[in-house]
Amino acid sequence: MELLDYAFMQRALLAAVLVGITAPAIGIYLVQRRQPLMGDGIGHVAMTGVGLGFLLNASPVWMATAVSALGAVLMELIRWYGKTRGDIALAMLFYGGMAGGVMFVNLTPGGSNANLSSYLFGSLSTVSPSDVTAISLLAAFVVVVTLGLRRQLFAVSLDEEFARVTGLPVRALNLLTAITAAVTVTVAMRVVGLILVSALMVVPVAAAQQLSRSFAATFAIAVAIGVTVTIGGTVTSYYQDVPPGATIVLLTIAAFIVLTALAAPLARRRARAAAAAGPAGDPVECAIPASRGAGDELGV
Amino acid sequence: MTEPVIRLSGVRAELGSRPVLRGIDLTVSRGEVVALLGANGSGKSTAVRSVIGQVPVSAGEIELFGTPRRRFRDWARVGYVPQRTTAAGGVPATVTEVVSSGRLSRARFGVLRKADHAAVRRALELVGMADRARDSVDALSGGQHQRVLIARALASEPELLIMDEPMAGVDLASQEVLAETLREQVAAGATVLLVLHELGPLEPLIDRAVVLRDGCVLHDGPPPKAVGQHALPGHDHVHPHAPAGAEPIRTGLLS
Repeated sequence: MELLDYAFMQRALLAAVLVGITAPAIGIYLVQRRQPLMGDGIGHVAMTGVGLGFLLNASPVWMATAVSALGAVLMELIRWYGKTRGDIALAMLFYGGMAGGVMFVNLTPGGSNANLSSYLFGSLSTVSPSDVTAISLLAAFVVVVTLGLRRQLFAVSLDEEFARVTGLPVRALNLLTAITAAVTVTVAMRVVGLILVSALMVVPVAAAQQLSRSFAATFAIAVAIGVTVTIGGTVTSYYQDVPPGATIVLLTIAAFIVLTALAAPLARRRARAAAAAGPAGDPVECAIPASRGAGDELGV
Repeated sequence: MTEPVIRLSGVRAELGSRPVLRGIDLTVSRGEVVALLGANGSGKSTAVRSVIGQVPVSAGEIELFGTPRRRFRDWARVGYVPQRTTAAGGVPATVTEVVSSGRLSRARFGVLRKADHAAVRRALELVGMADRARDSVDALSGGQHQRVLIARALASEPELLIMDEPMAGVDLASQEVLAETLREQVAAGATVLLVLHELGPLEPLIDRAVVLRDGCVLHDGPPPKAVGQHALPGHDHVHPHAPAGAEPIRTGLLS
């Protein structure tokens, strides 16, 4: 593999693998909470961080981490206190973050929107050695949280009200989820880009669901898909000279389509097996003559 | 009837600016099975949700096991069944995975040990779902979802069960399984507070009924007898939940 001879490709591939692991690992909890687009909002907020990095001549990766974590915490607090207005708050952060990024980059002497481009859509050649250090540290944090606290995060993402009655610190866990999602966005920023990062959090999980029945299996399959498409996309991008972010996202969607097509016969086979096992299992509602279902509402 | 497990005195709560609870007094003693009845919008769900700290209370006191609720931390003693029609989230999960989350209150740092897995299995056996342990909750019927949610509450082996409409949308077969499960829990000494739309198959278990109307306690004593059509054996009376502000459905229990 000649592409491994180049130091920039080694760095790009390492970053790609880390993205492939972390994005679906946190994404599964966002999907579980039915907030799959949260990553997208955070991606837009992170643009302000990148712009600030340029303006202050600081590392855009660390700056984006700080700003997007702050934005994610803000989103979570607004969701907490505003309840029904959460989507409005999300929209404001979304566009405010994007506008802030453009503004700060253009305030930087000699800066223009062209500087933002590699952060928006990802780039192989620009992953610097210091980026690799930052990405590795941040990815380690994401893996520790998403695997180490998987039972707690599962419970909170499934049913907040119940989780509170088991004594879990629901608010702290929600904030941690938001911060971890923000960290993942900045891990993915260099390779996939801020605009497309959310796809890698959501689509591998959706693809994995086509095959799995359990949360644990969905997690494992989603990460496997994530790593496969990020490596595949990075290598393709090297040989074909196409942007890695777009390649990775299109590959992820292709994986989703293929798995959905494969899953249809699998689901049919499972349904047949369940039907065969049916009589021994639980009686179905219509089998009991005296019962009435929720649909048989009687007026009083 | 000695030690109070739940004690509410003068509890008031508002949702928005609308008063939902207007000074509720309610005591549930150890070993008692108390049903909270009332029409839609009478405040019965808000009352139980105030007990678990899900609804902010503007006045009054709430105690759990003799400790003010704000300082109560021993949540493993409480099993809660929220008012839900599904046990599923946005990602597939097996019955065991969902029920295991109920054991977290007994597990340190979220690590489930052998005894915890055994407790989860026992909870599944109690509701007759052990054979479905590895199935996805997406594949279950409404009644089976409710059985999973009850198993999740039982997984921590609680002394107090709080259930919000456990029979809503549940087929008769599952209702009987649930009644039997509850009977075993009560026989083993559990204390139960249930929100119910009507007594149904649980009627023989219930020691006391508290009827709410417009956020006030209307009746606190023996369960009211069903009348007319509602008294017919096998009468299974399941209401869809009306949107807030809709005309309350008359259950016949209050009139």
